[in-house]
Amino acid sequence: MTTKMFGTKVQRVEDQRLLRGQGRYVDDVGVGAFPGMLHAAVLRSPHAHARIVDIDVADVLDVEGVHAVWTHEDLADAMAEPLPLLIPHDALTHGRTQYALARDEVNYVGEAIAFVVADDRYLAEDAVERIRVTYDFLPAVVGIEAARAATHLVHDDVPGNVGARLDQHVGDAPAAVAAAPHRLELDLTIERSACTPLEGRGTVARWDPDTSRLQVWTSTQTSTGVRAAVAAKLGLDLGQVDVITPDVGGGFGVKINHPWPEELLVPLAAKALGRPVKFTEDRREHFISSAHERGQVHHVEVGFDDDGRLLGLDVEFWHDHGAYSPYGLIVPIITSTQLLGPYKPDNYRVRFESLYTNTVIVTPYRGAGRPQGCYVMERTMDAIAAHLGKDRAEVRAANFIQPDEFPYDHQMVFQDGRPLIYDSGDYPTMLEKIKALVGWDDFETVRAEAAAEGRRLGIGLACYVEGTGVGPYEGAHVHIETSGRVKVATGLTSQGQGHQTVFAQLVADVLGVPFEDVDVVTGDTRRMPYAVGTFASRAAVMSGSAIHLAATRAKEKVLRIAADALEADEDDLELVDGEVRVKGAPGSSMSLGTVAVLSNPLRYAFDEASKSATQFSVGDPGRPPVAEDDEPGLEGKDFYSPERSTFASGMHAAIVETDPVTAEVRILQYAVVHDCGHIINPMIVEGQIHGGVAQGIGGALYERMVYDASGQLLNASFMDFLMPYVTEVPDGIDIDHLETPSPLNPLGLKGAGEAGVIPSSAVFAAAIEDAEGFPVTAMPISPSELFELRRQHASQPASQGPAPEEQS
Amino acid sequence: MPEELHDVSLRVNGITREVQVPGRRLLSDALRHDLALTGTHVGCEHGVCGACTVLVDGRPVRSCLMLAVSADGTEVTTVEGLGEPDGGLGPVQQAFSECHGLQCGFCTPGFLTTITAGLRENPCPTHDEARDMIAGNLCRCTGYQNIVRAVERASELIAEGDVVGEGERA
Repeated sequence: MTTKMFGTKVQRVEDQRLLRGQGRYVDDVGVGAFPGMLHAAVLRSPHAHARIVDIDVADVLDVEGVHAVWTHEDLADAMAEPLPLLIPHDALTHGRTQYALARDEVNYVGEAIAFVVADDRYLAEDAVERIRVTYDFLPAVVGIEAARAATHLVHDDVPGNVGARLDQHVGDAPAAVAAAPHRLELDLTIERSACTPLEGRGTVARWDPDTSRLQVWTSTQTSTGVRAAVAAKLGLDLGQVDVITPDVGGGFGVKINHPWPEELLVPLAAKALGRPVKFTEDRREHFISSAHERGQVHHVEVGFDDDGRLLGLDVEFWHDHGAYSPYGLIVPIITSTQLLGPYKPDNYRVRFESLYTNTVIVTPYRGAGRPQGCYVMERTMDAIAAHLGKDRAEVRAANFIQPDEFPYDHQMVFQDGRPLIYDSGDYPTMLEKIKALVGWDDFETVRAEAAAEGRRLGIGLACYVEGTGVGPYEGAHVHIETSGRVKVATGLTSQGQGHQTVFAQLVADVLGVPFEDVDVVTGDTRRMPYAVGTFASRAAVMSGSAIHLAATRAKEKVLRIAADALEADEDDLELVDGEVRVKGAPGSSMSLGTVAVLSNPLRYAFDEASKSATQFSVGDPGRPPVAEDDEPGLEGKDFYSPERSTFASGMHAAIVETDPVTAEVRILQYAVVHDCGHIINPMIVEGQIHGGVAQGIGGALYERMVYDASGQLLNASFMDFLMPYVTEVPDGIDIDHLETPSPLNPLGLKGAGEAGVIPSSAVFAAAIEDAEGFPVTAMPISPSELFELRRQHASQPASQGPAPEEQS
Repeated sequence: MPEELHDVSLRVNGITREVQVPGRRLLSDALRHDLALTGTHVGCEHGVCGACTVLVDGRPVRSCLMLAVSADGTEVTTVEGLGEPDGGLGPVQQAFSECHGLQCGFCTPGFLTTITAGLRENPCPTHDEARDMIAGNLCRCTGYQNIVRAVERASELIAEGDVVGEGERA
């Protein structure tokens, strides 16, 4: 029997090439293979807000080896228009996007102004330095406070710097809060951070004049999105543009935004110059000219009963979306809706403003608004527990949606424009698991023992629900070749999630072929031109389901052809070890490769096996060789398009020690309980959790974007932006799983990619607060900030624990 | 004025290679673009992330912080030189595969070279020493848990008879 692959820790097929240095990342494309490849560099604005008076490129072409320079003046037609606003929304009344090259004004440090192409990157950078730009300086708007004050405007025609206002409500939250027996108000802040994959952005393009086709390789999370944008901007037919996603060195969200200026300018230059062109972003460029996220300020008013049950929750927040709004309102809409987590307030109102600032644009970063929402809700839960003097886990349990309440309709609209309806979950069981895993009930003993040694410990807990697998669709194509090997293509892209492995597991199970015989291609528009992209923890759910369906279609055809050839009933056939066998009749079998031969009636043989499919060998002379409702070839193609998202969930808990002198935070224990439905490959899911937790630790304790008042990003390097090394992550992460399958897809899958990062700020704020005895309301928190908080609270009268002020 | 070029001769993964490069060309760029050894990755170009780490005369070096001309006459090992002569994975590579020590794979070559040198110096690291061994390299995907396991597994594989860095002495 072929071993079932689903649910097993299969080692990754990707590793063989990646470990040998044979991966093909975008900067590797064409090396030693594309003669005459040119390299691009970009002049970026050094000012956060200025009018461009003049751009003088006269000296640029004097640099030997420089081929061309573009400014906005050199762009025509669609290329001269602003970049697309990818996700319009009625509430986004003042959407603005930048130009591929700045036209009259720059709105953040890093905005592209000129594009130079030269023999190599060194020369291109030399040339960039020779461009002289005259600016009229304008005041910079930096940070949410300045944006709200609107003393100065980012865009003259956007009053109040407000790009969008959106309200959603269920019931009457203000009235419910006012009438509640207990009320609290909280102000909660999260700062900007960023994905910072180890590989930045990059694009290579090659124009083939013989076929009038453009080939583009780009480090993206959506090859079909880039393809459509490049075709539209360059005035090409879609059929003239191929976009190929090579190995991608991490994405975490930032590479879903598109088209980046360079994703258009590189193809434009390649076509204009008739030479392959490459752009590879450097690390500073990634900090100042890709995208950030997370920056939001929140105000919460909550009313609750004696058990801590939410009666009314009224949230208002301000989202800093940077200088432009290409990705629409996705991040704040996710905060608005996913803030609810596993809870069911009777009355909920959420309002936000999405604000312009003269800083780098904001697009989704792993978690995409959920970390902020989780932080707001979980801080609120902790505050309620502190106010009532109750156990924090107990207050959460009092508010859970119960297992028998699914599907649970929140009566709101989710980020995909669909109703926010949770499909399945079991939050009470999950809470019991996380409490057991972290030792919640024994913690007071642990704390007391540590205190006796002069050590200060705290414990924190946070719960989240994550809408995953959002639509609209993904597709898959499965082709069984005459060799018996199975070629699978799906259109979304991979950035290290092991898609080639998990998708091959699914196909091997359906077709009964050895796992090694399945080859999976992702993100190549030549192989699958209909696709959406990799974001919102959707790859396994969307492409996994599509691949399962496509493989099932191929299997149906295998059975039909084999039943005919073996003169057996389809129901009596089984697919095992790459063969179709008649059950209980040893020797009566046929390889899948032979079935593939028979599936394609031939006039011309090309090898020994194919002779059996030629016209004098097979077929009923009384019938057409290919039946009316059939097509040649042993293939299956299908699409998966769910009605709505599926909702994964999880709970994290951490025990921290805060140094009484230096205020350093040490993580003593980190525990995760995670529910992503049925798991295809537990090794890969755990790897995703590990990575998410580390990224979350970075976001909670170390990473932030430090802008000065003039809009300069002061820490745009790995020297100053403190990504965790191994020394900053705990030695061991305790993980337990719960599997509540999704009823929305054939395999019961839910997404797993982003989960690990969602509750981190909430967990660490709670744990530090628990250790210190005063509220923690701004994240990330550095030792110096904790030290300052201690100083402030030491100078105030002793408080009775972390209770914010009760509303009068 | 065209840039002045310098002759550089170095042994890379056991093979003598000659390149002509401008004085300012980084070793990382020379390896990747002049010698087409694209396994060495550039993650930050300021020596912090460690993705570009190669072994120069057996010692781990950030190739983005070294000029190619400075590597004249040296022996360089890149990730492409860490495999077995028969084409199989070397012990550190094998350990990464077994332990799921990589996801996107971009930082991986720098970890592999760093650990190869680390295990040569300390073939049987304690758990804390295994963590220390990778403490200068950034990974954004894995949270390091499985990389630490891979260091320990590689140590076992080496003890079982594999040899670290076969390519370097070929």
